[in-house]
Amino acid sequence: MKTQLKKVFELAKPSFIAIAIGLFMGFLVMLAFNPAQSIPAFIQLILGGLNQGSTGLGNTLYGAAPIILTGLAVAFAFKTGLFNIGASGQMMMGAYVSLHIGVLWELPAGIHVIVALLGGILGGMIWGLIVGLLKALRNVNEVVTSIMMNYIAANLLIILIRSNIYNADAARSSAILPTAILPSLGLFPNSTANIGFGIAVLIAILSHVIIHRTTLGFELRATGFSRDAALYAGMNTKKNIMTSFTIAGGFAGLAGSVAYLVSGKTISIAYTIFVEGFDGISVALLGLGEPIGALLAGLFLSHLRQGGFYMQIYGFVPQVVDIIVSVIIYVSAISAVLPKLFKLFKKKKHEVTS
Amino acid sequence: MSLIYQLIQETYIPATVLLMVALGGMFAERSGVTNIALEGIMIFGGFIGIGTLALIEGSGIPPQLLLIIVLVVSALFGALYAMLHAYASIQLKANQIISATALNLFAPAFAIYVARLLQGGGSQIQFTTRFRIAEIPLLSQIPIIGDLFFTRVFISFYIVIILFFIARYILNKTQFGLRINAMGENPQAADALGINIYKYRFIAVMISGALAGMGGSIFVISSSTEYAATVAGFGFLAIALLIFGNWKPTYVLLGALFFGFLRILGSSYSVIPILRDLDLDREFYVMLPYVFTLIILAFFSKNSRAPKALGQVYDQGKR
Repeated sequence: MKTQLKKVFELAKPSFIAIAIGLFMGFLVMLAFNPAQSIPAFIQLILGGLNQGSTGLGNTLYGAAPIILTGLAVAFAFKTGLFNIGASGQMMMGAYVSLHIGVLWELPAGIHVIVALLGGILGGMIWGLIVGLLKALRNVNEVVTSIMMNYIAANLLIILIRSNIYNADAARSSAILPTAILPSLGLFPNSTANIGFGIAVLIAILSHVIIHRTTLGFELRATGFSRDAALYAGMNTKKNIMTSFTIAGGFAGLAGSVAYLVSGKTISIAYTIFVEGFDGISVALLGLGEPIGALLAGLFLSHLRQGGFYMQIYGFVPQVVDIIVSVIIYVSAISAVLPKLFKLFKKKKHEVTS
Repeated sequence: MSLIYQLIQETYIPATVLLMVALGGMFAERSGVTNIALEGIMIFGGFIGIGTLALIEGSGIPPQLLLIIVLVVSALFGALYAMLHAYASIQLKANQIISATALNLFAPAFAIYVARLLQGGGSQIQFTTRFRIAEIPLLSQIPIIGDLFFTRVFISFYIVIILFFIARYILNKTQFGLRINAMGENPQAADALGINIYKYRFIAVMISGALAGMGGSIFVISSSTEYAATVAGFGFLAIALLIFGNWKPTYVLLGALFFGFLRILGSSYSVIPILRDLDLDREFYVMLPYVFTLIILAFFSKNSRAPKALGQVYDQGKR
């Protein structure tokens, strides 16, 4: 057990270093523009939702659920060697299908919300499958296609909302029926925390099991490691690519469901691309491409976002969080060389002392 | 007839940006470095460029000179910003997609952060100078050609055409270009011939950054009156353009015109009688370029031949 813990720590060490450097850079950026307020604001940022009691904590969990799921969508495809930059589009489609079912279908309580969730998964799956099909059958670069699918989804979302579930007074989608609202988590009063977080944790564990404990997962990883070798070993690599992207899309679609099957949550018809999809990329990268890593990274990012929100009272913009995250990703991208740099540093120190 | 001319003149606006950025991407990709950071570099270059514009536009510099200053500044900063990607992915052998993602994420966040803190409120940067040239004296009087090339144009249109020929010449005819091509196909062989892969790739990525930076500024200047930390996915569209243009300048040029035309349908469909009668949502036309990208890629990708070593980290110790 102890050696296992040590192994996990060794694995996560570069991430911790990256996070420390990212936070430090964020602090420098804040210091440069407003030295007087930067220290209290930074403390607020680090504390995240913690200093707002149960509301803050609950909101952290609520915010974490979709980005954990989009993070899983990215991480899962990553295991097959595919870069799923289109989690946003898949999430938008999932959110739409969920809302469509939530607004228009009249089903008994209990069943309604489940059907809406399943619909969301299906919506995301279809969006992911298209990218997978193009990659597997026509060898189209998945980075480009999934980006295109994001823009298509963003426009399609507006068209669909306007023609099916439009509330013209608010220029937003109509409110969902009470039977389609996800039950609250119950632990945190005065917050939006719902069982979405529980679903996200479950899916994270499920993906971990699929990837590391099943034949399917083995095949997906083999395909990601070397497509030719996997093909030579008799695996259907085309099918694997499609499967991987479809499952990833399903996760992202579910992210849309848990984010919008909430009382009072509607989608505006102003053109946007859901940021949770891009957060998913950060979460997956920060989590080292592992499902459990994505779970932790999602919690961390949601925590920072809460902090970024409360930090605004000191006159800072929440974009600081994105700056920090981008630095973290950049540093973890070069983390392979970090140990070498540290060794060099240690050696020099050693030389000085001796 | 004037409608057709007008549509063509409008088409040049997005086509100019796409061609500029895609030419940049071509240098990086032909040398073997994927640069999906083009989007972020455009946003960063545009931010510095438009920021400079907003600062100096009141000082009496003539508009066209002002535009050139803006372009030079954004090219410079685009190249500097691209160095981050080059350093990580070439020198430090980082995953090219991940380091580029970091750049894409940083640029809009940084732009919004700085703009809001400096302006003390809105994140958009406004500017008042208008750069479109109504008509170029004498040349615009030539029948047809005058309407096609010398009426209602931006000076950036001519700049990109010149750059297009320069880029094509460099890539196909000069030692530098041929070496870039060689290392995109087989870096080990190029290295064995004594070419410094790291140096050339670094330069190639910086060129792509300079062009993308300029592209970012041109995008804002020619399609808007304010900078809003977005370039509407043009960086990614440019990469798509490279794929179906098969990494060849001439095809990329044609592709840019085609995409440019689809792009302006979103804003001009209401003046085209046939399309207006169809009575479709505006979003439908906005969506078109992306849908067509997918369809075209589905047809072209199978036959397109990417540089062989594209996206692979070059490690001298590996064979």
